[in-house]
Amino acid sequence: MALNSKIPAGSLEEKWEKYKSTCKLVNPANKRQLEIIVIGTGLAGASAAASLGELGYKVKTFCFQDSPRRAHSIAAQGGINAAKNYQNDGDSTFRLFYDTVKGGDYRSREANVYRLASVSANIIDQCVAQGVPFAREYGGLLSNRSFGGTQVQRTFYAAGQTGQQLLIGAYQALERQVALGNVTQYSRHEMLEVVTIDGKARGVIVRNLVTGELERHFGHAVLLCSGGYGNVFYLSTNAMGSNVTAAWKAHKKGAYFGNPCFTQIHPTCIPVSGDHQSKLTLMSESLRNDGRIWVPKKQGDNRKPNDIPEEERDYYLERRYPAFGNLVPRDVASRAAKERCDAGYGVGASKQAVYLDYASAIQRYGKIEVNKQGIENADAATITKLGKEVVKEKYGNLFEMYEKITGENPYEVPMRIYPAVHYTMGGLWVDYELQTTVPGLYALGEANFSDHGANRLGASALMQGLADGYFVIPYTLGNNLADDIRTKAIPTDHPAFVEAENNVRDRINKLMSIKGTESVESFHKRLGKIMWDKCGMARNAQGLKEAIEEIKALRKEFWSNVRIPGDVNEFNPELDKANRVADFLELGELMCMDALNRNESCGGHFREEYQTEEGEAQRQDDQYMYVSAWEYKGDSNFELHKEELIYDVVHPTQRSYK
Amino acid sequence: MEHYHMNLTLKVWKQKNKNEKGRFETYQVKNISSEMSFLEMFDVLNEQLVAENKEPIAFDHDCREGICGMCSMYINGRAHGPWHHTTTCQLHMREYKDGDTIVVEPWRANSFPVIKDLVVDRQAFDRIIQAGGYVSVNTGNAVDANAIPIEKHDADESFASAACIGCGACVAACPNASAMLFVSAKVSHLSLLPQGDPERKTRVMNMIHQMDKEGFGSCTNIGACEAECPKGISLENIARLNREYLGAMFEGGSQNAI
Repeated sequence: MALNSKIPAGSLEEKWEKYKSTCKLVNPANKRQLEIIVIGTGLAGASAAASLGELGYKVKTFCFQDSPRRAHSIAAQGGINAAKNYQNDGDSTFRLFYDTVKGGDYRSREANVYRLASVSANIIDQCVAQGVPFAREYGGLLSNRSFGGTQVQRTFYAAGQTGQQLLIGAYQALERQVALGNVTQYSRHEMLEVVTIDGKARGVIVRNLVTGELERHFGHAVLLCSGGYGNVFYLSTNAMGSNVTAAWKAHKKGAYFGNPCFTQIHPTCIPVSGDHQSKLTLMSESLRNDGRIWVPKKQGDNRKPNDIPEEERDYYLERRYPAFGNLVPRDVASRAAKERCDAGYGVGASKQAVYLDYASAIQRYGKIEVNKQGIENADAATITKLGKEVVKEKYGNLFEMYEKITGENPYEVPMRIYPAVHYTMGGLWVDYELQTTVPGLYALGEANFSDHGANRLGASALMQGLADGYFVIPYTLGNNLADDIRTKAIPTDHPAFVEAENNVRDRINKLMSIKGTESVESFHKRLGKIMWDKCGMARNAQGLKEAIEEIKALRKEFWSNVRIPGDVNEFNPELDKANRVADFLELGELMCMDALNRNESCGGHFREEYQTEEGEAQRQDDQYMYVSAWEYKGDSNFELHKEELIYDVVHPTQRSYK
Repeated sequence: MEHYHMNLTLKVWKQKNKNEKGRFETYQVKNISSEMSFLEMFDVLNEQLVAENKEPIAFDHDCREGICGMCSMYINGRAHGPWHHTTTCQLHMREYKDGDTIVVEPWRANSFPVIKDLVVDRQAFDRIIQAGGYVSVNTGNAVDANAIPIEKHDADESFASAACIGCGACVAACPNASAMLFVSAKVSHLSLLPQGDPERKTRVMNMIHQMDKEGFGSCTNIGACEAECPKGISLENIARLNREYLGAMFEGGSQNAI
């Protein structure tokens, strides 16, 4: 099937405006007859479900957590970008668009990114109207902070809990629609199959995780808002339950998977402390606003950080990238940390860490406070005390979290940080309307591939999730459903539902019947290690080929030796996990194939064979200026389709942050 | 920070489902690192149980960074364990020493029925939000975000209330199983902002009504909720809730408006 991205004609600025004013509409009476299924209730899912409910559609939402409010969007810390230009520092829709395309290393679709930038300002308006308590200045107006990969201040935030506040806003809008009867919500339910009838997505099979029962639900359309697949690496900043299952089932039903190898490794996470580690914790990128990153100039320096004098410290980001300094994009910062650690300059017990130091920020803020408060001849202790108070107001909850996890006080000792898997730019391939290659099946938020190219800028995930849910899908879904108003709800005793449910039941029974000796957790850890070692921050052809074979072997072992205690028809978290890990074991292979196919380095995809003399990523635009869209053809069999990327406005160059 | 290892005795509540009776089971775990989180210690125990072909202990958890509100263990008589302002997932094993015995129970409240072992059903909280914990603004209806300045102090106060993660520790800690801290945090978050003002009277009436309907107990000013809240939600919220409620009563706020 040839890929049609359905990008509207016209200049970049006109495309979305023109689309909105000419797309087909569904009248209110017909909306009431149309049923929509939304999988996942994070920013994308909750905002889509609430907005569609408001429009009058009959919506059902599903999440595996005990409440829609738990979705992992909640953990986003630093902020959300929007081209408001409230700071008068030169921001504009075009600037946000440009930064995002450049930040993505020229592997995203211009039209989508421009639309994202142009609705960004509406998102902030909407959230404020919902009562999202963003940080404010003394004049009562909204405050902004800087983020990586930009030179303007366009990030809106609510302390270090921006995702939480935005999600609660969307969740409350969703609950209002539940109260009004427009949305029915199902918690502790996991989607395990897409039902297609005559080539269109018409429903899902879900498992009630409390009783173990399988349920059939019809929908005129199905929206996957199920997040990213970073947990394929076992250790990541994702929540324990985050998984690829919904997206993978869709893939196996015909939805192409876009750029699966594009993974974001976040530079500032708390380092691994031992084999017991179950997840990694992010320290917000906003900390790079004020914190300075360094390692000792001497290899294997075992002195305590505060004993290392200023002139013996290497602030390597400031040294290598003077224009952006500590605020280079995530992929660049992560690679630079890995480079220093691999060269023997790492710190801490594992030597797999660098310092993130707040000492100079504390002094700087302390001096400003002293002036503000008119304290004359302030002594060093007063300056330090006042400086710490300012830092506490800005980043207090993050510092507390660091201290709880490590037992060290970051106000006194520099934090130790190291890169960790954080976000997946890849995802289900979608056209401009967010529709996958299966008609009637849509993907929103992190679950799709569309806006971030090969590297996402900080504070842009929240923006994309809410843009897709609040401002894009209400238009694009209507445009397609306008042709479906004569389709009556299909009863769920239709053979397609029966067959889909049987397939799900057979697979669950097969898993339960293995009765092997090794736990699901153990297989997941082994998969994660292969992925991190060979498809992680740096990749090469040799390693990727090995990884593919190792994953195949591991998958075979899983299906012959996994042990799942308990029964099918009860609350059984081990079985839930087994279902998810089984899908990761297939996805991992595709990620390695995609990474092997892409003989270039771009953004988060760093192939060691393709780098400049200074160790920067080297793209091969003449060969790889395309989106890899993989079609599932059976076990270990995927066919590559290419969507050529055409840059009409931005001219791709070697990305420079120097 | 010195690292060490320890052996522990765990007494954990086991209950097959909401209809069957539960009981404590005793388990031994060995060689637990002081660097582990409390839930990682449970991971070790569950792996051990799977290896012995026994059923692991069911417990709720997701983000493991203290923000999703899913984790919910009652540890040695305290909701989320001994650390101040800390969720179960952020409690770390350096709190304990070799030879300690730790008792772990689920949240106990009639309005939070046990699903299995340490997992409870907290959908009552969703229904309280459905009763009025929102601002009625459809997508696309908003004015410019800076059109209404909000005093920084009010915005900060509102944020402090909005920090509630809906975990239910307040209910678990309260001898009356009252949900007043949870409800008051939401009422405060929205009533402190101009956007929440138009619906403040119906909101407080309807949310309180739903809270009572769910069977949560009354507030008798004990303060255990505030002491155990992982996000530091203050009792002042309850005082504000009472003021809002009285004000709405006198002005005849409806119980039915949505």
